[in-house]
Formats: sequence, C-alpha cells, structure tokens
Amino acid sequence: MRLFRDAGHLFRLAGLFAFGTLFILTIRSFLVPRTFGEYGHYRGAAIAEVAAHPARFAGHQTCETCHTDVAQTKAAGKHAQVNCEACHGPQAKHADDPSSVDPGKPDTAVLCVRCHEASAARPKDFPQVNAGDHSGGVPCQTCHQPHSPAIGSASAPASAAGGTK
Amino acid sequence: MPGVEGFMYPNEVSLYWSVLIVLYPFITGLVAGAFILASLERVFRVEAVKPTYRLALLTALAFLIVAPLPLQLHLGHPERSYEMYMTPHRTSAMAMFGFVYLWYLMAVLVVEIWLDFRADIVALSQSTTGWKHWMYWAMTLGSANVSERALAIDERVGWVVTLIGIPSAFLLHGYVGFIFGSIKANPWWSSPLMPVVFIFSAMVSGIAAVMLLYMALMRLRKQPIDMRCVDTVASYLFYIFIVDFSLEMLDLIHRIYEADESFRSLDFMVHTRLYFSQIVLQILLGTLAPILLLFVAQVTKLSEPTRKKIYAVSGSLALVGILAMRWNVVIGGQLFSKSFLGYTTYKMALATREGLLVAIGLTLLPLLILAVLMKVLPPWPEKKHASIPEAVAAH
Ligand code: HEC
Ligand code: HEC
Ligand code: HEC
Ligand code: HEC
Repeated sequence: MRLFRDAGHLFRLAGLFAFGTLFILTIRSFLVPRTFGEYGHYRGAAIAEVAAHPARFAGHQTCETCHTDVAQTKAAGKHAQVNCEACHGPQAKHADDPSSVDPGKPDTAVLCVRCHEASAARPKDFPQVNAGDHSGGVPCQTCHQPHSPAIGSASAPASAAGGTK
Repeated sequence: MPGVEGFMYPNEVSLYWSVLIVLYPFITGLVAGAFILASLERVFRVEAVKPTYRLALLTALAFLIVAPLPLQLHLGHPERSYEMYMTPHRTSAMAMFGFVYLWYLMAVLVVEIWLDFRADIVALSQSTTGWKHWMYWAMTLGSANVSERALAIDERVGWVVTLIGIPSAFLLHGYVGFIFGSIKANPWWSSPLMPVVFIFSAMVSGIAAVMLLYMALMRLRKQPIDMRCVDTVASYLFYIFIVDFSLEMLDLIHRIYEADESFRSLDFMVHTRLYFSQIVLQILLGTLAPILLLFVAQVTKLSEPTRKKIYAVSGSLALVGILAMRWNVVIGGQLFSKSFLGYTTYKMALATREGLLVAIGLTLLPLLILAVLMKVLPPWPEKKHASIPEAVAAH
C-alpha cells in the first residue's frame, strides 16, 4: 500500500481530469441541441425550420403555365437551357399574385455581361463578347431578343435581323 | 462574395488565408520542435542538453497557449468555435485537430511539466506566503509528498508521458501539414510529403528557438552559457536541418520531374511572386546559409565567442527561413488560380483583425507568457539547489 501513498498525487491528478471530463460532458448535455444528430451531423429540427421559409423561386414550369408565348420562343432559341429566374430573379411572389407584383424588366446592361463578358476563366466554346467593343453602349436587346438571342432567329428584333434565316 | 458572379474560383477575388494562418503553423511548429528537443534529453537521457530541458518545456507551453489565437482571430464567429468540442465531427480534419490540440496540451505538456516541477512547486508552496502560497498549494493538488519514492514514481511516469508525447508532437504538427497536404484541389499543397516536411521544419524551428532563447536568457541573467549544451543542441539543429532540406528538395525535384499540368503555373510563380520569399529567404538565407554556418562550426575548431555568434546568426536565419517556408506554403498556395490562368496578389493589412500589427503581437505574446511562466516555475537549476530537498538534486 506504500505505492498508493506515494502515488497519491497522481491519483489526485487523475481525479482532477475525471472531474474536468465529467464537467465538460455535463455542459455538453445542456449545450447540444436536442435534435442534433437525428439525421446527420446537424440539428434535426433545422429541416422543419428551413422548410418553413417561404419559397422565393417559383421554378420555370410555373412561369411557363402563364407565359406560354415566352416559353415557346425560348424553347426554340439558344437560351432554351437558361432558366427564367436565372435572368428575372426569384419571382415566386409574382407567380402567386401576378396582378399586384410586377417583376419589372431586367437591365440587360448588367444581366447579359454577367454570363457573356469575355473572360479567360470561361470555357472557350461558350459565346463571349467584349461588351464595350461589341455593342458600343447600345442595349443588348436592341439587336438580340433575350428569349431567343441568336441573330437571325425568327424572333430577332427587326433592327438587327436584316433578312431571313 | 459581394459583386462576384459567374465563372470564378474564390481566390481569384481575394486571398482568404491571411498572414495569421502563416503564423499558426509557425507557432505550432515551435511547440512541436521545442517539445521534441526536450524529449530527446528525457528519453535518450542526453545529459549535455539538460540545461535547456525545462526551458524547452515551458517554451512549448507558452507557444501552445498562443497557437489557437491566430485561428480564432481569423474566424468569422470565434464564439462558436467551442462547438467543435461539443459536436465532434469525425470526418473533418480541421474539427479533429481540436482534439489533437487538447490532448497535446492537457495529457502531454501540462502533465509532463507538472511532474517535472512538482518538487519545486511543493517547495515553493512552503516557502511563499499570501496568495502565492495558495497558488502553489493549488498547483500541488494538496499533496506535499516529495519523498524519494514519490519522486521516483514521478520520474518513471514522466518518462512514459514523454514517450507518448513524442508521437503526439509528431501528430500535432504532422496534422497541420496534413491539413494542407490533403487538399487535392490545390497542387501546391497536395502532397503526402507535406506532413513530413512540416514535422522536420518544426523541429528545426523549435530547436533553433530554444537555443536562441537559452543563449539570450543566460546573457540577460549574466550567467555563463553552458557551451557543451549549446554545441550539442547546435549539432542536433545541423543534422535535422539536413534532413529537412533533403525532404524539401525531394519534394521540389519530384514536382519538377513529374511536371504535371500545374507545373508551368507554379514554376512561373516561384520565379516571380514567390522569388524573394522562396528562393532568397527560404532556400538561400533561411536554409543553405545556416546549414553552411553550422557545418563550419561542426568541422572546425572555433573559439567560444565565434561559435556563439555563429549559433546566434544561424538560429535566427533558421527561424526566418521556416517562417518564410510557412508563408510560401500558405500564401503561395492561394496566389494562383485553379484554372492556372492567372495570379492574385496578397496585400497584407496593417491594423485590422488579421493585419500585420496583430501578427507581430501574436509573435511576441508567447514570449510574454514564457516570462510569466518562468517567474512562476523557475526553470534554472541554481534555484533548484537552494530550495529543494537532497532527494531531487540527486536525480
Ligand atoms: C399566374 C400566371 C403567372 C405566372 C405563374 C407568372 N406570371 Fe409573369 N405575368 C403574369 C401576368 C398576368 C403578367 C402581366 C402583368 C402586366 O402586364 O401588368 C405578367 C408579367 C410578367 C413580366 C413582365 C413585367 C413587365 O414589366 O412587363 C415578367 C418579366 C414576368 N411576368 C415574369 C414571370 C416569371 C419569371 C415567372 C415565373 C417565376 C412568371 N412571370 C410567372 C402572369 C404570370
Ligand atoms: C437570358 C435571360 C432571360 C431568360 C432566360 C428569360 N428572360 Fe424574360 N426577359 C429577359 C429580358 C432581358 C427582358 C426584357 C426585355 C426588354 O427590356 O425589352 C425579358 C422580358 C420578359 C417579359 C416581358 C415581356 C417581353 O416579352 O418582353 C416576360 C413576360 C418574360 N421575360 C418572361 C420570361 C419567362 C416566362 C421566362 C422563362 C420561360 C423568361 N422570361 C426567361 C431576359 C430573360
Ligand atoms: C445565366 C447566364 C446567361 C445570361 C444572363 C444570358 N445568357 Fe446568353 N447564353 C447563355 C447560354 C448558356 C447560352 C448557350 C450557349 C451555347 O449554346 O453554348 C447563351 C447563348 C447566347 C447567344 C447565342 C450565341 C450563339 O451561339 O449564337 C447569344 C447571342 C446570347 N446568349 C446573348 C445574350 C444576351 C443578349 C443576354 C442578355 C439579355 C444573355 N445572353 C444573357 C447564358 C446566358
Ligand atoms: C448593334 C447590334 C448588337 C448589339 C447592341 C449587341 N449585339 Fe451581340 N451580336 C450582334 C451580332 C450581329 C452578332 C452576330 C455576330 C456573329 O455572328 O459574328 C452578335 C453576337 C453576339 C454573341 C455571340 C458571339 C459568339 O461568339 O457567338 C453574344 C454572346 C452577344 N452578341 C452578346 C451581346 C451582349 C451581351 C450585348 C449587350 C452588351 C450585345 N450582344 C449587344 C449584334 C449586337
């Protein structure tokens, strides 16, 4: 039993560590949210909270139910794969109540260059222009119809079409 | 990211890991290096470096306390960082690092220091009065048993703790290297050699720091420098430096020979933006120069004052070199685009939360903490003789 006496301080140290661990575990049981880990490494209840947020995007199918003309134009043009709300922004409110919420028209001077301004980081085969040289400040939609932008397509504005396809 | 849309890689806009993240591996490296130096003495019973043993332990503790601060200052929500411990994320290297840190601090360093200083603490708790008495008494955990047998047990347990401590120190710093080396999206970092290079550079910086501190403190205390000790420490520094340098060159040669798709871009970077910090500071001044100086000190018979000067210069250069290496890893790895089509610049801020002033403060803070630690737990043997029973002095 001399060992126990002479190693007494080590047992005290071990006790201190045990107490510390217990203390942290106690705090932990208060701090960790109840639903944590229910489905994964996050708070389970967060799913319901996030789901309760009002939707901001309506999705292109919704837009197309009312704007059939635009949908047709777009489907035939080069922007067929570009979502309505990628250009018009989140419009769920407008889709719910079109008469009182007016989405307005996007400003093409900001919008089109976001995707088409020439940049070395873009894939080479993606259509790109140097907007300043290309349009000389004239709004893009003077020559390109946003929903079917290729020049010479059926719906291109008369100012740029200059002939048939 | 305000104002950023479209095809962009994040670091094409700004550099996210600032100078504080440079400091962080530098500081943890000093911890691991100082501890490994102390362990050499303990495990292999190298008598010559004994005078630096306790200093190395306290240095490791002082720097370890500061190590998480640069990270905290970098975080957007530092007050949430404790959650890392509350909800451990087993697949995240960064999250697990919190546990490596805690293990190293509590299970290794604190225990080893406590065991080693216990006899002094007991003596101090008896010789002091007032609040100091209570402070030391609390540190004894209420046990004043410094009998020969108790101290022999401490010695044995301390040896085991050191033995566990060495892999822990490797783990601590290997982990820092791992965090960089495992980022497969970044060719500058992604290399399995990274943890190994980090460990050896950590040993270089830690040994250099303890050597410099020892010489500086002896000078401050107007006491003779134990040249046998400093010579041995310097020879360790020399050998480990050579291993470190070979590893770094191995990494470099491997990259040059492999010359994968990132090579041209990285090569350009090393010749332009990183030229000064990589070629000049890290390799020429920070590695080759000190190795050469230490080599000269090893093979020739120089006078004591000259050796001291050589050690002081090569130790300082080594620290500069290792700091530059951390800079080149952390900042260098963010300077190029993942598309390999362009480069960013890093402009260090001055007086912001992650600026230069904070970085300088964080470098000095460990020295301040070390000064306090040395006041509380004097590491010098002279004091030991004055206040400690014979049993300890015999050890
Ligand atoms: C329930 C039918 C409905 C749905 C769904 C709908 N809209 Fe509309 N939208 C309208 C009506 C009606 C107008 C015409 C309002 C007017 O002219 O004042 C309109 C007008 C617009 C305008 C023109 C605004 C202007 O100033 O000229 C845009 C742009 C628009 N909608 C975009 C969208 C988008 C994008 C969606 C899908 C998120 C969408 N709409 C979904 C009914 C709908
Ligand atoms: C490439 C971007 C883009 C996409 C994709 C897009 N729009 Fe537009 N849209 C515009 C722009 C730009 C205008 C404004 C044109 C103008 O100012 O004359 C506009 C105008 C409109 C208008 C006003 C009437 C008109 O034809 O000028 C409606 C309605 C509309 N869009 C609906 C839609 C719907 C529905 C979709 C999805 C099927 C859609 N848009 C997809 C860019 C886009
Ligand atoms: C959300 C990104 C996005 C925006 C915004 C956008 N575009 Fe496009 N645009 C595309 C994509 C995707 C294509 C198809 C590219 C392809 O076919 O490879 C395209 C194709 C085009 C083309 C056809 C190029 C050709 O191959 O002939 C033109 C012209 C064009 N866009 C003009 C515009 C104009 C004008 C605007 C502004 C009203 C605009 N785009 C806005 C994504 C965008
Ligand atoms: C003055 C009329 C005009 C205006 C304004 C104009 N464009 Fe064009 N754009 C054209 C014509 C014509 C072409 C076809 C050129 C060709 O096929 O070589 C074209 C082609 C393009 C292309 C396809 C380039 C390619 O490589 O296939 C893109 C993208 C484009 N324009 C974007 C824009 C954007 C964005 C704007 C607004 C900043 C804009 N354009 C304004 C006339 C115009």
